[in-house]
Amino acid sequence: MPSLDDLKKRISSVKSTQKITKAMKMVAAAKLRRAQESAERGRPFSEKMNNIILNLSNSVSDKDNVSKFLVGTGKDSVHLCVVITADRGLCGGFNTNICKKAKNYFEKILKEGKTLKIFTVGSKGHDQLNRVYGKYIVEKINFKGFKKITYKEAENIGEIIIKLFNESKFDVCKIFFNKFKNVISQIPQEQQIIPIESQKKEEIKKSDNFYEFEPEENEILNNLLPRNISTQIFKAFLENAASEQGSRMTAMDNATRNAGDLVDKLTITYNRSRQAAITKELIEIISGAESL
Amino acid sequence: MEGTYKIEIVSPEKIIFSDENIQQVILPSYEGEMGILKDHIPVILFLRPGIIKILKSSENVDSFFVQDGIIEFYNNNLTVLSSKIINIKNLNKESIDQLIIATEKILKNEKLSDNNRYLANHKINILQSLNYN
Repeated sequence: MPSLDDLKKRISSVKSTQKITKAMKMVAAAKLRRAQESAERGRPFSEKMNNIILNLSNSVSDKDNVSKFLVGTGKDSVHLCVVITADRGLCGGFNTNICKKAKNYFEKILKEGKTLKIFTVGSKGHDQLNRVYGKYIVEKINFKGFKKITYKEAENIGEIIIKLFNESKFDVCKIFFNKFKNVISQIPQEQQIIPIESQKKEEIKKSDNFYEFEPEENEILNNLLPRNISTQIFKAFLENAASEQGSRMTAMDNATRNAGDLVDKLTITYNRSRQAAITKELIEIISGAESL
Repeated sequence: MEGTYKIEIVSPEKIIFSDENIQQVILPSYEGEMGILKDHIPVILFLRPGIIKILKSSENVDSFFVQDGIIEFYNNNLTVLSSKIINIKNLNKESIDQLIIATEKILKNEKLSDNNRYLANHKINILQSLNYN
């Protein structure tokens, strides 16, 4: 049985933890709103970019000289996986979920006897993957100390990927990130960015194919596709930022509630043991008086 | 020319400019300046550094300095996608000078391809002409 003093200390420490988690929840909620807004504002760009690329790739006449970013290198042996996570913890399963998704994919790749290369963005993902897959990590980057991640950072990462691709260091590139669905649920996603997945091609009607191009289709594509990589990465950043804050908000809300429950429980124990001490003293006094 | 159409300028971070009543837009297309009026045939254009002029009427003009980007015109909707675009109103002498210095740095790279060298020189010309206005 802990002493009254110990219980008192325990209660006050849990209470101050509760204050911290409550404050973190509030901060996350405020940041979430901003992150959500910028994720929504960023959507038109990547959507329109995709549209233009689909239109372009549908109307390319010279299929042989088309950019490698569109059709790939023709091989499928080296996979580069870009795992985008947060730089901070205390956000529930956010980082773990991305890593889990990525690890499943890694196992699949390794089982098939293909070469795996990992590019981690964000320090938490690097910490988690380093233990088991450390030898596969070829590049890492984190944004500790950055207040806000802008398009420029996405461009930097895009340039690294493009450089590796031009040096034929890999054949297929995938990015892993969390898609923001709502505050409670964020879905870990994998998206292939090189070569571009062509699932939506059928959706475009043939009648749309009468664009005029300047300069020629291939030249535009060669310029545009590397840019599209940065765009997709930036989109992943925005989705990730919103997901991180959402995930942190839920996690901190739970933590606040748990701390509240713990305080209630401890308070009951405290009151009981105080009452027990008083009763004990009374009994001692009474029995002392009786024995006189 | 009576017809008006819709323009949207989109950067990765947000929609920078949007207007539904545009008479004409003059664009620095890859192969020369180009004006787009209502009912132009659908085009996809790549831009070189230059100035986009948006004419609501003959007096009412908005100008943007663009470093690169891509344009889609379809069904009387003009979309400008660019990661490096600034309203000229927001440019001052200092920021122009900074851009010139940054471009000159690129020019110093010996391995630069002729094409990129031409683009960089062109950018400096445009920026300098802005400086004198």
